[in-house]
Amino acid sequence: MFTRIPISAIIGLFLTGGFLFVAISAPLIAPYGMAEIVGDVWEPFSGEFWLGTDSLGRDLLSRMIFGARTTIFIAAAATALSFTMGAILGFTAAVTGGWVDQLMSRGVDLLMSIPTLIFALVVLSVLPVTLLTLIVVMGVLDSTRVYRLSRAVAVDINVMDYVEAARLRGEKLGWIIFREILPNALSPLVAELGLRFIFAVLFLSALSFLGLGVQPPEADWGGMVKENKDGIIFGIPAALIPAFAISALAISVNLVADWILNRTSDLKGGRGDG
Amino acid sequence: MADNLLEIKGLKIEATVYPPGEKAHDITIVEDVCLKLKPGKVMGLIGESGAGKSTIGLSAMAYGRGGVRITGGEVFLNGRDIMKENAAGLRKLRGKEVTYVAQSAAAAFNPALRLMDQVIEATLLHGVASRSEAEERAVDLFRALGLPDPENIGRRFPHQVSGGQLQRVMTAMALCPHPDLIVFDEPTTALDVTTQIDVLAAIKNAIRLTGVAALYITHDLAVVAQISDEILVLRNGNMVEQGTVKQIIESPVEDYTKELVSAHKIPHEEKKPTDNPVLRVQNVSAAYGGMVEVLSDISVDIHPGQTLAVVGESGSGKSTLARVVTGLLPPIKGRITFDGADLPKALASRNLDELRELQMIYQMADVAMNPRQTVGTIIGRPLELYFGMRGAEKRARVAELLDQIEMGDGYIDRYPAELSGGQKQRVCIARSLAAKPKLIICDEVTSALDPLVADGILKLLLDLQKKEDVAYLFITHDLATVKAIADSIAVMYQGKLVRYGSKTDVLTPPFDDYTDLLLSSVPEMKLGWLEEVTEHRKMESAGH
Repeated sequence: MFTRIPISAIIGLFLTGGFLFVAISAPLIAPYGMAEIVGDVWEPFSGEFWLGTDSLGRDLLSRMIFGARTTIFIAAAATALSFTMGAILGFTAAVTGGWVDQLMSRGVDLLMSIPTLIFALVVLSVLPVTLLTLIVVMGVLDSTRVYRLSRAVAVDINVMDYVEAARLRGEKLGWIIFREILPNALSPLVAELGLRFIFAVLFLSALSFLGLGVQPPEADWGGMVKENKDGIIFGIPAALIPAFAISALAISVNLVADWILNRTSDLKGGRGDG
Repeated sequence: MADNLLEIKGLKIEATVYPPGEKAHDITIVEDVCLKLKPGKVMGLIGESGAGKSTIGLSAMAYGRGGVRITGGEVFLNGRDIMKENAAGLRKLRGKEVTYVAQSAAAAFNPALRLMDQVIEATLLHGVASRSEAEERAVDLFRALGLPDPENIGRRFPHQVSGGQLQRVMTAMALCPHPDLIVFDEPTTALDVTTQIDVLAAIKNAIRLTGVAALYITHDLAVVAQISDEILVLRNGNMVEQGTVKQIIESPVEDYTKELVSAHKIPHEEKKPTDNPVLRVQNVSAAYGGMVEVLSDISVDIHPGQTLAVVGESGSGKSTLARVVTGLLPPIKGRITFDGADLPKALASRNLDELRELQMIYQMADVAMNPRQTVGTIIGRPLELYFGMRGAEKRARVAELLDQIEMGDGYIDRYPAELSGGQKQRVCIARSLAAKPKLIICDEVTSALDPLVADGILKLLLDLQKKEDVAYLFITHDLATVKAIADSIAVMYQGKLVRYGSKTDVLTPPFDDYTDLLLSSVPEMKLGWLEEVTEHRKMESAGH
């Protein structure tokens, strides 16, 4: 099954794995504390500070490592929330049909008609910005996209004879959704999962950059770009390093998602013509 | 060699397969097939799916479809080996010397172009005739093929004519460039039996008029017997038997051919109706969206341990009747009683026991089973749901059921994709049997299967009926099946019941017009049947 992994997917898997490892073991591998001021402002690369220091004199490498943890955790949690919510609601809408479907689908349309970033800005400027609100707001807004995808996939599966057979057998909604539809809808959803995760990373970074995401002194990549952006004028690369990390993560997850999508929509293996 | 139009020698065809979970490898689809066809003759290629008949048919155009490679042998057409032709040479040949008629006319036509443009396209491309000549010829062919309004039908779009007409238009398309050979690939398989006979007669007439030779591919021996001069029986890519139609159907030599000829001859004794029908449908009418009435005033009874066959062409409402009985489409009028008690109309208001006693088997076994569940899960679920069986007890019962459908417990952990078509349908039967139902609705359960496999399924169903005393509501368009297994028959046409009674009563004259048409349209395996029927019909319509 995994015999022929393309080189791009191997690179993607390797990098994604690296990011995850760093995020999970952050306190163990970071040379300094996250908010510890250890040197001068914007010190250059050195043996002591591999990536230099930031606008307050904190070690940039340590902040990058802790930032990976915050960024990936929030994005993953938001993605998990959006998938659980979006998929369950989408499947329910497809299977139930009728006014339930209409109500939910139009509600989602309403939510989607407002640009996500602006909607999030408004909500977050009213609510106190904590980790939880951030995850919930991102998760709920993203779940509209997942809802649409899973509803579309489930509508197709819902008309298959085996779903009808399950209904005739007297199965409850739960069985139909989790045992008949979900296993058959999994491959497009898994591919979408990767893409949604990247969007969550980008979204979080944008929010933090605008000052409404992760609050200082907590480190996150978007926030670090904001903290260090003034250095760019003086030729200090401190802002570019977290920016580069964001794009590297996005690209590597994308490579993996592409590969999964290709694999699941592969047309080979169909039977030949008799 | 010159007297043979087409000569195939030692044909070998291979393809690469990509089975899930295995390495890609090559398989041989067709091996060492030889045939000779003289000008103006028709050869029938017959065999079940996977026999390689379409692949051989296409090799007459030196074409391999979808990754299929012709790796050995020679194909002579008009005396030259077309396997040696390059792309330009083949382009000259295809659509001029050899043409092709596909199975699904609806899928083969471009829906955005008018029929005439498509019919004469190949003729114009090859420069056989000018536009006006080609159109004139097309109109002649439309007339020869018995199409209505031959002068103007070419101006219509594909969706504006019926399926049977479209198939005839495609035959006209194939005949238009004056080819020497036409490959017919199951041209009537997708049609209703009453339409099939018209198309068959039209094709036969057109072949006779134009003197073209043909390869006629089908899985139905009775059909090929009407139209061919010779028959080649194929199985798994090998030749089984070759001979004239008379030889094959009257004195077949090989065992496989004998089986094919005697298909549908299942011993079954008609049972008498009882006083307590298990299912009683009384004056039921149903409509989709509350507007279009698709069933009107249907009343039928099904007796315990017996089979009611519901026959009719597509659109006659027979599947709708099944949906009404299952509760998927609640009737707008009428009453359904099950085992003496009123059955709630809608699915949602039936209790688990009512659902258990009424099971359904579908036409397409492929989509009737969840591809992500094993055979054990599929058959085991009703046991779990209705009888609360778990673990070893459930597994033992599943194994027992697998035994009953003659498959054995080795299949318990397989996925549906790893089963053959017949085995899939057997698993579906086991699933409905697991519920210990009193009535099973069989919706065209054998239509998608090869004749011999279908026979196996029918025999199994009859066996199980004897053992389990289960009743069947058997929906089909195939009258041969009906004759084989029914105890009583309901003939439906346009949502109405036109004839209903015990099998003997329904199949004994005098017939009403529609039943007569339906019964006389079923191809019989004897020479000259087609002529007899068409002659008979002409006389009848002249008499009116």
